[in-house]
Amino acid sequence: MNTKINRIVLSLGVLVVLLIGYGCKPKGPATVTTGDAASKVYVAPGQYDEFYNIVSGGFNGQMAIYGIPSGRLFKILPVFSVFPESGYGYSEETKPMLNTSHGFVPWDDLHHIALSTTKGEHDGRWAFGNGNNTPRVARVDLTTFRTAEILEIPNSGGNHSSPFITENTEYLVAGTRFSVPMGENRDVPISSYKENFKGSISFIKVNPETGRMNIEFQLRTPGFNYDLSRAGKGPSHGWFFFSCYNTEQAYTLLEQNASRNDKDFIMAVNWKKAEEYLAQGKGKKEKAKYAHNVYDEKTHMATSTMLDEVTVLDVMEFPDIVYFIPCPKSPHGCDVDPSGEYIVGSGKLAALMPVFSFSKFQTAIQQKDYEGDFSGIPVIRYEAALHGEVKKPGLGPLHTEFDANGNAYTSFFVSSEIVKWNVKTLEILDRVPTYYSIGHLSVPGGPTAKPHGKYVIAYNKITKDRYLPTGPELTQSAQLYSIEGDKMQLLLDFPTTGEPHYAEAIPASLIRDKSVKIYPIEHNEHPYAAKGEKMARVERKGKEVHVYMTAIRSHLTPDNIEGIRVGDEVYFHVTNLEQDWDVPHGFAIKGATNAEILIMPGETQTLKWEPKEVGVIPFYCTDFCSALHQEMSGYARVSPANSNTPIKFSTGDTGGQK
Amino acid sequence: MKKLKTSTRIIIAIASLAMISAYYVPLWQILMWAPQYPEGLEMKIWIDDLSGDVRIISALNHYIGMKHIEVSMFPEFKYMIYIVGALIGFGLLTSLVNRRFMLVAFGSLIAASGIAALVDFYLWGYDYGHNLDPTAPIVVPGMAYQPPLIGTKQLLNFTAFSGPDIGGWIFLVIGIVVIGLLALEIFKYGKSAK
Repeated sequence: MNTKINRIVLSLGVLVVLLIGYGCKPKGPATVTTGDAASKVYVAPGQYDEFYNIVSGGFNGQMAIYGIPSGRLFKILPVFSVFPESGYGYSEETKPMLNTSHGFVPWDDLHHIALSTTKGEHDGRWAFGNGNNTPRVARVDLTTFRTAEILEIPNSGGNHSSPFITENTEYLVAGTRFSVPMGENRDVPISSYKENFKGSISFIKVNPETGRMNIEFQLRTPGFNYDLSRAGKGPSHGWFFFSCYNTEQAYTLLEQNASRNDKDFIMAVNWKKAEEYLAQGKGKKEKAKYAHNVYDEKTHMATSTMLDEVTVLDVMEFPDIVYFIPCPKSPHGCDVDPSGEYIVGSGKLAALMPVFSFSKFQTAIQQKDYEGDFSGIPVIRYEAALHGEVKKPGLGPLHTEFDANGNAYTSFFVSSEIVKWNVKTLEILDRVPTYYSIGHLSVPGGPTAKPHGKYVIAYNKITKDRYLPTGPELTQSAQLYSIEGDKMQLLLDFPTTGEPHYAEAIPASLIRDKSVKIYPIEHNEHPYAAKGEKMARVERKGKEVHVYMTAIRSHLTPDNIEGIRVGDEVYFHVTNLEQDWDVPHGFAIKGATNAEILIMPGETQTLKWEPKEVGVIPFYCTDFCSALHQEMSGYARVSPANSNTPIKFSTGDTGGQK
Repeated sequence: MKKLKTSTRIIIAIASLAMISAYYVPLWQILMWAPQYPEGLEMKIWIDDLSGDVRIISALNHYIGMKHIEVSMFPEFKYMIYIVGALIGFGLLTSLVNRRFMLVAFGSLIAASGIAALVDFYLWGYDYGHNLDPTAPIVVPGMAYQPPLIGTKQLLNFTAFSGPDIGGWIFLVIGIVVIGLLALEIFKYGKSAK
């Protein structure tokens, strides 16, 4: 009896403990927005956002353009990936944009954005992006929001440490993520990493007028992994800083083997010094094959040129170009504050964050305050370059940006939070959770000499339960926080396309009024343009049939075409005759194995079509252009391969009707 | 023969020379707004040319069968430069000849030119708005699209406004000044001179 009562009491006791325990379960994240968050992100219909947010798409190879603070998506901008929606990479004009030394590569992995700057401040001219997989950099024109140029990077095993820029956009860099064998003999055992594998950093010069890029020189560097970088500014202008990991020089199971050393490096590059050596003719010309693709806005056409040479400076031969600063545990971010004096290293596996002082680093060089060398390159004594350490900041620091008031904001992947701290005092001021596992973050103007502040945006790697589920693959997301007060305040979650890595935000006023509305038809220099309906025609050249077609609300000219034969290559060169804002026309034809094309006002684009069977094939305008858009269509007659049907074309000719 | 006051002669000369502006600024404007065109479309009429969104207006108007607006539609552009030239010449002559009958003639000429221009514009607008292509995609029975002579008018989804531009306003002021001077000469100076 007694034991029975005891059992009942015990059971009840366990139940009570369980209930109490359940009551103490941490609260979910759903309740964390407070106060007037909604009103801070509400942009009323017809009103504009304050900032453009230019966000990398990661594995979708695109950029996406959002408004801040609303988080509304305005545009998906194809860069390294084909985009059937607009015909990018499918139209004859845009195919050369994706040409490489390996041929046509229709995809890449776009990680980082760099917006052009003048005197260290945003100038709103260009956005640069990197192709991580088949090493490339791209330039996007911010007047058209189109990819204007793509340059392949030779001697690179993956372009991750890119496309960071100097304060007047003199250079953007492309540092190889993976070291690989370079030069003549590349057929070597993988295990000969230490002996044969090299790093490579390309310095790409940007023409200040046209934005045209060329590889001015490459630095051949010790073989390990190059992750991220930032240029110096103000007092440190002339220097570039790169985070390096795998100084263990592992070539297998990097997870363990590249995580052994207590400290890896931040590599400081004196690029002004490199320029001096080049001016003295010290650079070596090396054979290299790489593509340079440029889109011409007058001919509405890209051309791809294969280049065959780069100038190389081996830093092992010129040791005063490069210095290593020890930085704990596989650093990711190495971010330079707005003043140019402080460099923040973010060791992914470190329990603290070192902040280096540029002036102390300079003194250390003068006094040769080294703790040794790596491949003959001086390694500065850690303490000699150190301003101080941020103690116990969080777990897994990745990337730091800055506001205009001397504060830094660092993302922490493992502890899934943003930490605000003071750059001078190194004191931690605030921390907020992110949902979940933040990668990069962005403060408007955060990497520039003059941050615009106001917000910090988190780009998260995991969303889990934050949105309605969509099967195993969930949306990626960004989160917007206000940084106007002492405490950071979560305002908004917004889903993003692809996987956002780095992004930049820029005041809308720097871009908005420069936006192109139409392409003037009188400046259209496309060789197949029909700059008026009277010039519309069809011409046969052997197996090729060229249709010079015009589009204007609401008809295509010609819209009746005969004389095409099975086996022909038909090129529809469609010129949009509109000169009115926001009136694109589209063109699609049944059975085309590529995509549609969208043609902006005043532009000419070409869709190739290879008819495989006899019949009368409809084509039509795909962009709802007008009240009579559904009528904007036509027919192409395809005759047998051996037929003699003459080329004939017309619009509005009803004479043949019986 | 009655003579003119010196001040009148000077003002007439200045007013005549002010008409030279007609060669350099637009005389008339037509503005249009629609839900899809919140920024508005404009057509400016110059002494011998048209400017503004003429192509876009024509492209939109072809749906309802209106003619494509072209400079060649307006024979006026060929001789307006001479009419204005003649007006300037006559004004300067009035100032030089220094006779009141000349001023009477000049005032009448200006008034007549203004009225003629408006009548001419009305007739063009009537033809443009009524003489429609019967095969147009959109035919609204009983609907005509004559633009307003002066003022605002709703035409399907467009609100159209018509009114003087800088050159038109200058002409209006010149007309008022000349006729005002004429009135002064007749009713004030005329009596006191006796």
